[in-house]
Amino acid sequence: MGAAPVSAPQPEMPVGLPPGSVTALRDTRRRAPFNPGRFLRPLAVGCVFLLLWDGCVRWSGSDLFPKPLEVARGIVELIQKGLLFKYIVASLFRVTWGFGLAVLVGVPVGLALGWYTKAFEAFNPMIQVFRPISPIAWIPVAILWFGVSDAAPIFLIFLASVFPITVSATSAVQNMQPVYLRAAENFGLGQWELFTRVIFRACLPQILTGIRIALGIAWLVVVAAEMIAVNSGLGYLIIDARNAGKRYDLVVAGMVMIGLIGLVLDLLVRRLENFDEVRWGYTDRR
Amino acid sequence: MKDESGTGENAAVVAMQPPIISVRGVSLAFPSKNGGEPIRVLDEVTTTVAPGEFVCIVGPSGCGKSTLLNIVGGFLRATEGVVLVEGQTVRGPDPRRIFVFQENGVFPWLTVRENIGFGLRGRAHAERARLVAHYTEMVGLTGFERAYPRELSGGMRQRVEIARALAADPQIIYMDEPFGALDFITRLKMRADLVRIWQAEKKTVLFVTHDIEEAVQLADRILVLSQRPATIQETVVIDLPRPRDLDSPGYLAKRDHIFRTMGMSLRVGV
Repeated sequence: MGAAPVSAPQPEMPVGLPPGSVTALRDTRRRAPFNPGRFLRPLAVGCVFLLLWDGCVRWSGSDLFPKPLEVARGIVELIQKGLLFKYIVASLFRVTWGFGLAVLVGVPVGLALGWYTKAFEAFNPMIQVFRPISPIAWIPVAILWFGVSDAAPIFLIFLASVFPITVSATSAVQNMQPVYLRAAENFGLGQWELFTRVIFRACLPQILTGIRIALGIAWLVVVAAEMIAVNSGLGYLIIDARNAGKRYDLVVAGMVMIGLIGLVLDLLVRRLENFDEVRWGYTDRR
Repeated sequence: MKDESGTGENAAVVAMQPPIISVRGVSLAFPSKNGGEPIRVLDEVTTTVAPGEFVCIVGPSGCGKSTLLNIVGGFLRATEGVVLVEGQTVRGPDPRRIFVFQENGVFPWLTVRENIGFGLRGRAHAERARLVAHYTEMVGLTGFERAYPRELSGGMRQRVEIARALAADPQIIYMDEPFGALDFITRLKMRADLVRIWQAEKKTVLFVTHDIEEAVQLADRILVLSQRPATIQETVVIDLPRPRDLDSPGYLAKRDHIFRTMGMSLRVGV
């Protein structure tokens, strides 16, 4: 960072800081002071939940539904058999492909539909008909088309995530501040530069929100798809554990893993929202 | 149309040159929503701007000042009449004539440095860096090159947009109430800086404002628009030396003259 300008008059400083400290300001705003309550409160809620769960199972006398400790033992068993890692990889592999394809298709198509009004008028009604069809309803069709293979769940994940991504990109373009377009037009940008340097950049925050929603849906759908269309993955683990001997400890172990991985995926996308290229598009609520 | 004949030095020099902007019989009417009479916004506006001149457009709010500037800038098409810049009919916006927007057109996803260099793509890297540094300093933002617009105050963001316009080296800068959203103190500072920058750069500036004091402080010449449908009610030449003393009798006389012009027409409107 440079020194204070000497020749030119000083512009108004934000809250009396010397020039160059804006970057520091940015960082301090992010990092809240250490607050043990932030960790202790959710931890306490989690402990209470586990105790209640344990108590309820004991009270009901069920010998099928597992207690928390049995689920933990189930997870250890899956790790020892080498199944857990294998199934997680299988599920993530399918999500990566289906979701990745949905991003590659949904973002450009969405931007184009937002920009070209006539294309939007032509395609939007059809999109709105396809969008509310649950991906689960597509499972029989997917099996018919792709058989029992990775392609079936990948197709389903693609279907589930492509619509939220497309729709968010379209509405981002449609709700874009006109002043950015006018400025871009004024600087004589060609169509390609207009898309890459202005429209895409202006829409990125909203696209990212669509991507986050879509990833959540994709993770929901992979489990459902794996229960029926394939024989690996966390969804398959759950249905297999139930069918092959009513191993409900493994069923719940699978559910726990799904929850934890879903949380990690969401945290990763949330991380992206902190980049300077998109942060301007979100109102700070923390 | 009355012409307050002041023969200041700059005005005299300016009057001899062929105009850079020539607005000829520009009218604009919007079709009204319920199918009645079209809404007439501008009515046969004719004027010229000389190269290097600083012209302000003032008028009652909603009279069509910004509309007129948008037509001259190529963002809106007139119903009748033409706008010529250097003898060429304006058919759209052009990088040789940069618009500074009231609502701030600085790109929030780019840093101050990237914003100021936005119009310089295609230039050699070193040249670009030099120009960006030059204009960053000129608007007083040295030290903020890597900041993002959301980290800056409103006045600083408007400085970024002015620097971005200047860096593209346009012949003309159109300014649409650029300081309208700023607080009073910041606005005073921005005006003083704009005078300093304009004197250094000698660009042609066409500046829309609703603030008469601002116009008298900045302009070589002020076009006073009437209420809708707007015509040029009066052209006032401001031949005071710059930077202008806001207490001087000359300044106050011009200001009060325009106040009266606009006040009277408002009373007639009622």
